[in-house]
Amino acid sequence: MIGGLFIYNHKGEVLISRVYRDDIGNAVDAFRVNVIHARQQVRSPVTNIARTSFFHVKRSNIWLAAVTKQNVNAAMVFEFLYKMCDVMAAYFGKISEENIKNNFVLIYELLDEILDFGYPQNSETGALKTFITQQGIKSQTKEEQSQITSQVTGQIGWRREGIKYRRNELFLDVLESVNLLMSPQGQVLSAHVSGRVVMKSYLSGMPECKFGMNDKIVIEKQGKGTADETSKSGKQSIAIDDCTFHQCVRLSKFDSERSISFIPPDGEFELMRYRTTKDIILPFRVIPLVREVGRTKLEVKVVIKSNFKPSLLAQKIEVRIPTPLNTSGVQVICMKGKAKYKASENAIVWKIKRMAGMKESQISAEIELLPTNDKKKWARPPISMNFEVPFAPSGLKVRYLKVFEPKLNYSDHDVIKWVRYIGRSGIYETRC
Amino acid sequence: MPAVSKGDGMRGLAVFISDIRNCKSKEAEIKRINKELANIRSKFKGDKALDGYSKKKYVCKLLFIFLLGHDIDFGHMEAVNLLSSNRYTEKQIGYLFISVLVNSNSELIRLINNAIKNDLASRNPTFMGLALHCIASVGSREMAEAFAGEIPKVLVAGDTMDSVKQSAALCLLRLYRTSPDLVPMGDWTSRVVHLLNDQHLIVTSASTDLQDYTYYFVPAPWLSVKLLRLLQCYPPPEDPAVRGRLTECLETILNKAQEPPKSKKVQHSNAKNAVLFEAISLIIHHDSEPNLLVRACNQLGQFLQHRETNLRYLALESMCTLASSEFSHEAVKTHIETVINALKTERDVSVRQRAVDLLYAMCDRSNAPQIVAEMLSYLETADYSIREEIVLKVAILAEKYAVDYTWYVDTILNLIRIAGDYVSEEVWYRVIQIVINRDDVQGYAAKTVFEALQAPACHENLVKVGGYILGEFGNLIAGDPRSSPLIQFHLLHSKFHLCSVPTRALLLSTYIKFVNLFPEVKPTIQDVLRSDSQLRNADVELQQRAVEYLRLSTVASTDILATVLEEMPPFPERESSILAKLKKKKGPSTVTDLEDTKRDRSVDVNGGPEPAPASTSAVSTPSPSADLLGLGAAPPAPAGPPPSSGGSGLLVDVFSDSASVVAPLAPGSEDNFARFVCKNNGVLFENQLLQIGLKSEFRQNLGRMFIFYGNKTSTQFLNFTPTLICSDDLQPNLNLQTKPVDPTVEGGAQVQQVVNIECVSDFTEAPVLNIQFRYGGTFQNVSVQLPITLNKFFQPTEMASQDFFQRWKQLSNPQQEVQNIFKAKHPMDTEVTKAKIIGFGSALLEEVDPNPANFVGAGIIHTKTTQIGCLLRLEPNLQAQMYRLTLRTSKEAVSQRLCELLSAQF
Repeated sequence: MIGGLFIYNHKGEVLISRVYRDDIGNAVDAFRVNVIHARQQVRSPVTNIARTSFFHVKRSNIWLAAVTKQNVNAAMVFEFLYKMCDVMAAYFGKISEENIKNNFVLIYELLDEILDFGYPQNSETGALKTFITQQGIKSQTKEEQSQITSQVTGQIGWRREGIKYRRNELFLDVLESVNLLMSPQGQVLSAHVSGRVVMKSYLSGMPECKFGMNDKIVIEKQGKGTADETSKSGKQSIAIDDCTFHQCVRLSKFDSERSISFIPPDGEFELMRYRTTKDIILPFRVIPLVREVGRTKLEVKVVIKSNFKPSLLAQKIEVRIPTPLNTSGVQVICMKGKAKYKASENAIVWKIKRMAGMKESQISAEIELLPTNDKKKWARPPISMNFEVPFAPSGLKVRYLKVFEPKLNYSDHDVIKWVRYIGRSGIYETRC
Repeated sequence: MPAVSKGDGMRGLAVFISDIRNCKSKEAEIKRINKELANIRSKFKGDKALDGYSKKKYVCKLLFIFLLGHDIDFGHMEAVNLLSSNRYTEKQIGYLFISVLVNSNSELIRLINNAIKNDLASRNPTFMGLALHCIASVGSREMAEAFAGEIPKVLVAGDTMDSVKQSAALCLLRLYRTSPDLVPMGDWTSRVVHLLNDQHLIVTSASTDLQDYTYYFVPAPWLSVKLLRLLQCYPPPEDPAVRGRLTECLETILNKAQEPPKSKKVQHSNAKNAVLFEAISLIIHHDSEPNLLVRACNQLGQFLQHRETNLRYLALESMCTLASSEFSHEAVKTHIETVINALKTERDVSVRQRAVDLLYAMCDRSNAPQIVAEMLSYLETADYSIREEIVLKVAILAEKYAVDYTWYVDTILNLIRIAGDYVSEEVWYRVIQIVINRDDVQGYAAKTVFEALQAPACHENLVKVGGYILGEFGNLIAGDPRSSPLIQFHLLHSKFHLCSVPTRALLLSTYIKFVNLFPEVKPTIQDVLRSDSQLRNADVELQQRAVEYLRLSTVASTDILATVLEEMPPFPERESSILAKLKKKKGPSTVTDLEDTKRDRSVDVNGGPEPAPASTSAVSTPSPSADLLGLGAAPPAPAGPPPSSGGSGLLVDVFSDSASVVAPLAPGSEDNFARFVCKNNGVLFENQLLQIGLKSEFRQNLGRMFIFYGNKTSTQFLNFTPTLICSDDLQPNLNLQTKPVDPTVEGGAQVQQVVNIECVSDFTEAPVLNIQFRYGGTFQNVSVQLPITLNKFFQPTEMASQDFFQRWKQLSNPQQEVQNIFKAKHPMDTEVTKAKIIGFGSALLEEVDPNPANFVGAGIIHTKTTQIGCLLRLEPNLQAQMYRLTLRTSKEAVSQRLCELLSAQF
């Protein structure tokens, strides 16, 4: 179990220190000395120092470290740390040194609540917000207090009863990040999509929801009856490699029927997370061409092709072409967007605001090199790319989201539903 | 150094550095650096030439970036360009960059070396200084190669300024340290002499110039200290005048130390004492002026009580060395009370450590009981870090200066009682060795350990010592009803279950020894051995011992028990293992010196500090001379038939010659000897300890034999001495030359000995190889005949049938022919016989004899004086299983001997 939790700023100064168990000793300093101030950058999120394990995550310049002397489930600790970040973000916005310093009383209060003797407790923001408030102490009536208690300790700890909205509305976002590594010849070396379905619900009462998507297994199951549907849906369904759900989803039902049914928490939450590796639509293709002209010159030509419906528009496109470490000057010509040599990052950055599908654009650059004594050959790091497209590269489609509220008098048809797909680039690289 | 003008401020550099310092995170810093590097690259790449100032600025930035921990792979060229600038600051930055970022590019090295050479050749002292500093701070082998010849020139040139000379000297020192081989030796020594002259010049000038340079009323302390230290590198001066002056100087320093301090400042006393301590070191180093040594000792004695901890430490340390000098040893001893006091009261552990060292150093027979007692009492409160060392020291002192060994036994038992955990194995091994080797303490030891064991809680080491000693000598105290055998046994057995496995194993051996010593406790012990906790012990060793001892006690008769469980023989004397351990612990130098000097002294004081090894061993192992023919004396070999057949006459000769040293021939060696008549390589002798292999080659009258002595055991042979013995008859005819071999043969090792052989004239006997060595305390003596026989000097001669018979007829004189008819000892195989005749050395002549079954051979025996032609004929008779061998040579003795040798082969 977690023995203690520390938050440091980028200099390694301790902002928050909460020790749950005495067995961890002087772990605060050990982590600072061996990880934050380590001579070699520590890349592993788990560090073992003197038989004590340190799990850390970094948010901007802030280090969060959980410490334990026991053999705990590392995934659990990281899940908790992420949750902790979410909770903090929900309370005071961005996690920054300034915000943490301004809210340290609140953070200690939260830590008291969500970790008990090192065992993670309810970390649902909605529930926490009912009894940990930022606006002074509102004296609660006995009734309210007992309601909070019964809710927090009850079966549905994430939603309180008696929520009422005039307009029942829900928003569904399918957010995906597509990762790719491609050879210079255009061969896909590795590709996967990790996606999240985020739901924002403003629904009255205790609504029962059912979520449906084009999961291959479900479609095939249903399609058994009608032959023609199988052939039609065969292309549209997607194979999900693995997925995880919010705690509100009834897993037993998912296991038996593969249906996703749940009573949602109020407000925003992440319904599910998933990963696919098959039949990924790669939104962009990068074609690099690098030619070394003598020892002091390099010619680079990069073509990008958009590979989706012409009616859709990709946004925030950025191509990053690394330059050798001995670059002494760069000339760039590009057809579209703006390109600039950024010496501080050792790369040419080419930005395009918008680009429609099935289009092509090109950049060419001349890089001058300074001859060096080093015989080390330039390693040619891959060209990386960032973008945002309004569809899901995995091919996931939301088929339905049904809402039933038996006690209140609104039906599925009265709920206003919004669905949005956003595909972003993760690590999207092409070797050159 | 010229003042930095305003224009040299390099604002760009300052801005860059402040930018870096203001960076919020590592990433921001890396970005800023990347940007700057790109900027510098574009500047260096730019077509228009940079002026010196910007070049210097950018090189400076690169240097700064490098020092931040980033790789810099360019800018060397620019830095080299800066070297040729005439401005000091630019040159300085150039040199700085080069000495920090040494580049192995050969072309650049050439340019750099060129620039340095130019600067060395220039008469500008600052430039020369820069160049010298660069060489020294790079200090690489390449630099040494390039400038080792140059720098001494600068150093000795008459017109170089002092500061440059200083730099050059330091630079040369650095190069000498990195690659001492690069300066030609002859050249170098002459330079040293020159340098010394120079230094003496400075000395003389110092006396005038530095007269008024005083540091807190001490004239030139650093110079004095350095000079004193320099003098420590030389032996005491031979010239009495110089010596007198030096003594005078040292006396002055000692006198000065007596004067009341001129200042209360700590710097004054520090400077004064620094000079004083160097002077004392010099006095100790010379070790020739008793007067000075005693004075130094008294001076140090004063420091022993000084307030300053550092002074006390230094005083103790210097005294340690003084204690080893014969002149001051007595003087040091007068301070024993102070030192003991220091041991008890010092607050700093390092000072206490020194006090222990000094006590150890000043210890001799007169004060040993006092010092050992003090150390023992200190041990109870000593720091854990130095306990083991003190334990070792006490053990060594107690052993070395033991007047009577009862005191020694008491001391060691006390030692185990006080600091049992720190008593290493070696210490208690040593007690047992000494008790076993000295029968006058055995009874006392048994009594003392018995009493010590009666303590309710005693250390395991004590149980080990007690178990061993009672097992050996328990009978000596068994007469006392308070320590009857049964009581002894019960006392030991009460500790048994508290001990670790090795100790239990030792106790089991003690029990079986008791069975031998005291038959009356046999049933009790058998009961113990028979109990499940022994017979079915989980530990294999204990179980095996229990089973075996139980069987032994039931099966064996009293006689056998008495033989098997006889008292242990005395241990061979070797270097005290404790001393070896102390040496290992402290590093060899510190202890060895002390030890050696002390040993010299102690020999005459004590008349042999250790029990005389010779006498004990003489008693213990039956000397071979005691019983000449009783073969029981031949140590390892099982008694075999006496080697009477064949060479007995020879043996008698050998014995009459040197009977006192040579053992009888090892059994079986005769067979081996015969095997070597026809071959040159193989194993000559082998028993369970030693194997002797041979490899030999012969040409005409000369031969060479390689003898390989292989140690088959895992312990080393000591005093290993092989000797070649030629009898008087053999001596003039055969010359053997060999070198002595290493007297120790490690376990499992093989040593080689080469014997050069010259055959002067024909001979009949064979030389004897006698080997003597000590194996695990017993003396071993082995003798074998070396297979150097006359036929080894055979040269085969081919000849046709008619030639053979012509010569055969020429040698028709009856003395020249020898014929032998004998029964075949081996199966009569033609091929084997042929091989044997060829191996014998003669040529095998085919199709000579009309009877194809017969064998015919011819050859010439080469000796230094003559050559002897030799013809032989061997006629086998298959039906009778007989041979007839006929030999004809020009010399009767040769025929006789060859016939003997060859007959034995078939």
